[in-house]
Amino acid sequence: MKRTSILSRKALALAITLGLITGAFTGCASKDSSLAANKDSAKSVAITNVSYDPTRELYEQYNKLFQTYWEKEKGQKVEITQSHGGSGKQARSVLEGNEADVVTLALEGDVDELRKAGLIEDGWVNEFPKNSAPYTSTIVFLVRKGNPKNLKDWDDIVKSGVEVITPDPKSSGGARWNFLAAWAFANKKFGGDEAKDKDFLKALYANVSVLDSGARGATTTFVENGQGDVLLAWENEAFLSLKEHPDDFEVVTPSLSILAQPSVAVVDTNVKKHGTEEVSKAYLEYLYSDEAQRLEGQNFYRPSNPDILKEFSSTFNLDIELVNIDDDFGGWAKATEKFFADGAIFDEIYKK
Amino acid sequence: MKEKIVKVILILLGGAFLIIMLVLPLATVLVYALRQGFETFSKAITDEYAVKALHLTLLATGITVIVNTIFGVFAAWTIAKFRFRGKQALTTLIDIPFSISPIIAGLVFILVFGRIGWAYPLLEAWDIKIVFAVPGIVLATIFVTFPFVSRELIPLMQAQGSDEEEAAALMGAGGFRIFFKVTLPHIKWGLLYGVILCTARSLGEFGAVSVVSGHLRGKTNTLPLHVEILFNEFKLTAAFSVSSILVLIAVIILILRNIVEYRVKREER
Repeated sequence: MKRTSILSRKALALAITLGLITGAFTGCASKDSSLAANKDSAKSVAITNVSYDPTRELYEQYNKLFQTYWEKEKGQKVEITQSHGGSGKQARSVLEGNEADVVTLALEGDVDELRKAGLIEDGWVNEFPKNSAPYTSTIVFLVRKGNPKNLKDWDDIVKSGVEVITPDPKSSGGARWNFLAAWAFANKKFGGDEAKDKDFLKALYANVSVLDSGARGATTTFVENGQGDVLLAWENEAFLSLKEHPDDFEVVTPSLSILAQPSVAVVDTNVKKHGTEEVSKAYLEYLYSDEAQRLEGQNFYRPSNPDILKEFSSTFNLDIELVNIDDDFGGWAKATEKFFADGAIFDEIYKK
Repeated sequence: MKEKIVKVILILLGGAFLIIMLVLPLATVLVYALRQGFETFSKAITDEYAVKALHLTLLATGITVIVNTIFGVFAAWTIAKFRFRGKQALTTLIDIPFSISPIIAGLVFILVFGRIGWAYPLLEAWDIKIVFAVPGIVLATIFVTFPFVSRELIPLMQAQGSDEEEAAALMGAGGFRIFFKVTLPHIKWGLLYGVILCTARSLGEFGAVSVVSGHLRGKTNTLPLHVEILFNEFKLTAAFSVSSILVLIAVIILILRNIVEYRVKREER
């Protein structure tokens, strides 16, 4: 009796094992077939867009728009896989072998890391119009409803007793824009006295109560977990939070901020490997079409087409003074070296 | 009288601690999941990406459990029944995944199989993808749950000693026969216990998998990673709905574990 029960149990275990192994192999098989479909003239094509945190909603909608457009244009179905995370982290994952066909990241510098690694060809910045930045944004303040601490401009948020939420500039693209916007304000205020600028930024980061690793994490900390008095946020992210919780927050546009140009690029090495050059290029080009530009405006990104930007003048404060990374900071390479490299100004002020 | 008061206070403290630490958080998951009605809940768990994430999680768990069970039994058998040089070193090696942080577990795979890793040219030549693909997720899960089965078996087998196996060998039984007829019947409940723990840990693994995943939606997203994504997308209800699947599986596993524990105790008597 005992022997049969052991035997039947053994048979059961064997059956489960076999079942799982078959499952594993069929899983692999289906993956292979999707790879095989990726030839130029095939009926369907698959691309991967590695993007940063706050673009989730935009690309969810844009992908549908592009799929319709491409099918009409070429009679080909496009399957688009999205990946989101902190911009620097995402660039890193592509560099380490995450095979993105296109990257749509927060910083020119992050895309440029991929060029340095040999994944993207030189001169990518000029591959698409307007420095390969189809939409722009800027840094604004998100405060609690009624603005209880009366925070109007950068001067107000460095005062003691104000809790500021901003992500870590070491890992987050958004956070670097925050830092540079504050620096530009201080620089204008103190007439270019860098020692005073540093003190200003030091006071600002002394007020930071939570330093998240990505922009979305910081937003969640402020919005969902209720930490802090002011969130330094992408304009689009701030408006999105406002849309989700209209009774809880207000967007405050400071007198001066920075023009943020999130960069897009085709990852040349990967598209050659996948045979997806044409569709990947079209995917990014179509971001400049009128339909896509409007969609970007609806998702609170400032469209790069000035005419379409005007259509959204009731949403965006178009009077804000915007400094620019190339003219005011000498480009990302210089800014990164001066502010965010190891031992540079950010480390200096954050350590003390 | 005084003793009674102390008793009551201690019980109340213990009860409060249990409620705050375990019952409340789990209840919150369910409350949040069903906050917007059953329809939203079922929509969240039948979402295309959620279903794909569940498939991937089950696949990774299945492979992990098979590999670690086979390996775990071999390792435990070797360590408990034989004497050899370097036994202590082997035991320590097996324990490494217990003490190492999951992020390191993930990073080592990137450093070996990633584009900048030393094994990459080889993989490229064979057109194999490991990290940022399904194999990487399986590898990371196996690594993290490596010691679960063997750790469960080693003390059990050591306590039983090797007398019966030696007797069987003297009577002329071969290795396989000894294992299946003598050793396995003694350890089967302990083995099952180890397998259950290993399953539970694999299903919930987040850290190491997050590092090697690349977060490709519908491709390399496991259920725990999907929960994080939903949470970051402000889809709280959906996040907790998907979480409740994980909680449900965990509860089933715990019930199984209790049954096994009960059988083990009865057998020991």
